[in-house]
Amino acid sequence: MARVVVNMPKQARRGEIIEIRTLAGHTMETGFRRTQHGELVPRDIITLFTCSYNGAEVFRAELHPAIAANPLIAFHTIATESGTLEFRWSGDNGYSATHSAAITVD
Amino acid sequence: MTTRRQFLVLAGGTIAAGAAQAQLPPNIEALRKAALADAVRKSTGGAEVRRGRVKLDVPPLIDNGNSVALVVEVESPMTAADHVKAIHVFTEKNPQPYIITARFGPRAGRARITTRARIADSGLIIAIAEMSDRSFWSDSVSVVVTLSACLEDGLI
Amino acid sequence: MSIRVLRLFLLLAFACSASAEIPLAERRSGYQDMGRETRAMQDDDAINPATLWVLDGEALWARRAGAAARACADCHQDARVSMKGVAARYPAFDAAARKVVNLEQRINLCRVERQQDKPLAYESHELLALTAYVARQSRGLPIQVESSERTRATLEAGRAMFLRREGQLNLACAQCHDERAAHRLGGTVIPQGHPTGYPIYRLEWQGVGSLHRRMRNCMVAIRAEPYALGSREYVELELYLMWRARGMLLETPGVRP
Repeated sequence: MARVVVNMPKQARRGEIIEIRTLAGHTMETGFRRTQHGELVPRDIITLFTCSYNGAEVFRAELHPAIAANPLIAFHTIATESGTLEFRWSGDNGYSATHSAAITVD
Repeated sequence: MTTRRQFLVLAGGTIAAGAAQAQLPPNIEALRKAALADAVRKSTGGAEVRRGRVKLDVPPLIDNGNSVALVVEVESPMTAADHVKAIHVFTEKNPQPYIITARFGPRAGRARITTRARIADSGLIIAIAEMSDRSFWSDSVSVVVTLSACLEDGLI
Repeated sequence: MSIRVLRLFLLLAFACSASAEIPLAERRSGYQDMGRETRAMQDDDAINPATLWVLDGEALWARRAGAAARACADCHQDARVSMKGVAARYPAFDAAARKVVNLEQRINLCRVERQQDKPLAYESHELLALTAYVARQSRGLPIQVESSERTRATLEAGRAMFLRREGQLNLACAQCHDERAAHRLGGTVIPQGHPTGYPIYRLEWQGVGSLHRRMRNCMVAIRAEPYALGSREYVELELYLMWRARGMLLETPGVRP
């Protein structure tokens, strides 16, 4: 499921601090679980999340196996100007997901 | 007769080979404490960590350790001159101590991160904030994790 | 024992179990037994992980499938209109199939007969996503399944199963979920067991799952051989549980521990 959901305001006043809430569909397999036969289930997690605002990175999070499945990451950023926010998730086994959202700042 | 030293060496050898076994090593608590201390040291560079300025919000009694709501907020003007650079979150009873590291700059507005963690057992969750002046501040919460009464045992 | 004594005994036994039924006004959704943070997770679509499944369901609704190259939307148009109230009355009697079917089975009947495609496997991501999307359209509506001549046999079979002791632990659903609801089992509050939010995002599963999956968990827990997903037995029990929850509001997609 390369499915992500991003919730953020479509418009804001200049200088306003907005909250952005994101969800990514991912099992976040820890690498510590074992099968019924005792074999270790290999780790498969999202390791990095970044948010860029008109090309400048404004937030970054490094994730570990202790992050619950279907990770929620919510953070804030200052609405500085109109433009595009780019969200990127990457992880084990070449996992990659992106999302773009436009914001109007007046 | 096995001397105490011989016994400890044998035990150490068994622990080293433990990766192939499903049993946890007998000194697991000591190992995890050491791993946590090591992770904190790596994140702080060995600097002093003071309590304060950080507010870690976790429910003290947890419905299910698979998904624990976690909010960390740090008081800071978040200016270019004075801001939170990173928030590191750890836990003491998990197989590995790291939960998340969030990195901020003055464009963040607020030094606050919300996520959901997996907490394996009742114990401490620790949040450490790294400031732009290279000081470190922390908060910790002791949580109680209850398990689901009816476990699935891998059956769908 | 004479037949008369036996009949009296059975009548008394049934009366006793019937009197353990939770009064309608005292029914609680599992939602009320959860911590504040878990309730917040359900209430807010932006942080409810089941939103991922609902969105996938929305995409599937519009996708053409099968030999008929037909999408759900081709017949049912906007789900927000056409599916409103549907999940609240399922399981329902299907005239063509001449039996009570649940929502998952109804979706598959459409897939096979209208889209001319293979049915979606029970508990598959696609079936869960579609079911979650359809049921989501009834969120906030009161549960109201049919209790009539044509559903009577199914309902009675479901009730009988709810009251019947099963498994090595020899427990009936009623003993935990009627008689001991709100008490604790191993630190967890025992819910009354109303299926008000299915398909749910269960923290224990770290994913979305169906009522039948949840019922299988219960049966494994009492060391009984569980019935198959989509089995007649579970549809009967599902109908009874939805009837038992009549009037309670649907919360799909629910979050539960």
